[in-house]
Amino acid sequence: MVRLKSFYLFMISLILQVGLFPMASREWISYGIFTLMTLGMGLFALAMARNKKRQNTSAMKGSRELMWLRLKKNKTAMVAMGVLIVLSYLTVLAPFITPQSPLDTDWAALSQGISTTHWLGTDDMGRDLFARTLFGIRVAMGIGVTAVVLNTLIGTFLGLVAGYYGGKTDTLIMRLLEVWNAIPFILLAIAIMAALGTGIGKLILIVSLSNLMAFARIIRGSVLTVKEHDYIAAARVIGITDTSIMLRHVLPNCISPILVLASLSIGETILVIAGLSFLGLGIQPPMPSLGGMLANGQQFLHENFLMSLVPGVTILLIVLSFNLFGDGVRDALDSRLND
Amino acid sequence: MLNYTLRRLMLLVPLLFFISVMIFGILKLTPGDPAMVLLGNRATKEALELTREKFALNKPVHVQYIKMMTHLFTGELKSIYYRENVIMVVLKKMKPTLELGGAAMVLAILVSIPAGIISAVKRNSFFDYASMTTALFGISIPVFFTGILLIYFFAVKLRLLPASGYGGSMFTVDGMRHLIMPAFVLSFTLMASTTRITRASMLDVIKEDYIRTARAKGVREFTLIMVHAFKNALMPVTTNLGNQIARLFAGAVLTETVFAWPGVGRLAVNAIFRRDEPLVFGCVLILSFIYVVVNLLVDLFYGVINPQIRYE
Repeated sequence: MVRLKSFYLFMISLILQVGLFPMASREWISYGIFTLMTLGMGLFALAMARNKKRQNTSAMKGSRELMWLRLKKNKTAMVAMGVLIVLSYLTVLAPFITPQSPLDTDWAALSQGISTTHWLGTDDMGRDLFARTLFGIRVAMGIGVTAVVLNTLIGTFLGLVAGYYGGKTDTLIMRLLEVWNAIPFILLAIAIMAALGTGIGKLILIVSLSNLMAFARIIRGSVLTVKEHDYIAAARVIGITDTSIMLRHVLPNCISPILVLASLSIGETILVIAGLSFLGLGIQPPMPSLGGMLANGQQFLHENFLMSLVPGVTILLIVLSFNLFGDGVRDALDSRLND
Repeated sequence: MLNYTLRRLMLLVPLLFFISVMIFGILKLTPGDPAMVLLGNRATKEALELTREKFALNKPVHVQYIKMMTHLFTGELKSIYYRENVIMVVLKKMKPTLELGGAAMVLAILVSIPAGIISAVKRNSFFDYASMTTALFGISIPVFFTGILLIYFFAVKLRLLPASGYGGSMFTVDGMRHLIMPAFVLSFTLMASTTRITRASMLDVIKEDYIRTARAKGVREFTLIMVHAFKNALMPVTTNLGNQIARLFAGAVLTETVFAWPGVGRLAVNAIFRRDEPLVFGCVLILSFIYVVVNLLVDLFYGVINPQIRYE
């Protein structure tokens, strides 16, 4: 019941938000992913809570249930997850929380401190910092998670193909990735931005190509071990196609390193996106981004410290939570640490 | 060792070649007339024609690549904004960046390796918790936010240090005063991850049997940790430092922007905003080359401390 209610509340808030936060249509990718993610996280948390009840009655403890149990026992990771869920629901429910828009300028209230109308003050153009921060969280988390998902998919694909086919395919893919990896990411981003210009789609594209080597290398490693097992040979003997073997028999056995690496890299990816926005190469004004807000805040350090403090602390909170949660996932899945 | 060094040096040649091809390829994606891109919008028709001829822009792609590279090294590839040879422009800005990066690296090593060792030896002590919490914040805080916080407290509030800019060579008082904050900011992330890795790898090594044997033989605790354990714990730390160099580059670009530090990172970012394509090409290429060479040096050092690597 609780789940259904939260789902309805969520859907209603979404519909309201599309109307109230006017930029939604311009960045539908990050918006869509973010909203799905928020819903998913809420359901995930509820599923975990329900799982606990069932746990007491069942005698069976599969590896997956063990992972759940370990993750639940990890208090730091749970608190971090809680913070992330609260932050994303705050953002999605923003229209109910504050009537201020992240874009509207209030020329009567320039660069103000904390007040009842503007909870965290306003910036140099009289825009509400609280509303801008909420919107910035949405953009940061939405783009960050989208980029990590794409990064994981591409990296996993490359690693899977390289490890499964071996030989020349393997050499070609891994050598190409080595060259790609030999250029510091920030320079690649600069070169691509210089050639193609800026934009949200390009930003996601660039960031999702950033960490391919790490994914491909780890997946390739575990594919190489899985490939040697008898059931793969058996599958091949009865004539199952390569694609099907890779997707149904090899990939499911490599899933834990993928999960660990993906959850550990979200924090870093959000930092990269904030950094690019800070340089003016990421999300472009007037769309609020935490990095861009900080760049703006630095110019007004003497007048209004809140303009720098609010977005900075927000980024720190998001990245810290993702890092702690990622550490928790790693500890829960990494059997070497739990023997 | 000599054999290994030569082998690694030989691998450097194809790597550098492919990197330059890749960067050339990326910049080829730029829409519009490449001659216009090279000269800027205000170029005359004759100059455009001349550039097309000079850079072989009407010839096949591989000819264009060879021309571009020869022009880069002979100094005929000029920055639009500075109207000067690209390599010279980059080299002039190199000194502040090297000072910043070098100071940050040295600071990180001086702080984090002792901190990591003490944390591992005094596990679960107050020092351990404090340094691990600081390290966790270190990997989660954006470089530019650390910078802004420091500027706010030390330059705006306390007025102890200059808020930004370059004060000349780092061996002068003014140069040092300007360098302290940027170097600390840049090294903070590096410190955090190095401390974590040092602690983890020391903890792994301390568990080993040979450490117990040495302790049973009566080796002094200090010698045990510093000589017997640390030597073997150093390997993951070195690998990590090598991996961190890429992050140091990204951090340097951001730090230079926060502190208005006149280095190569800021030069590259400004070149984008000024639509100075030749300079972007030069900056990215030269910095990538430096990155590859630094990584090679780290690998060679790795070969020195770990003989297994040499005989792969």
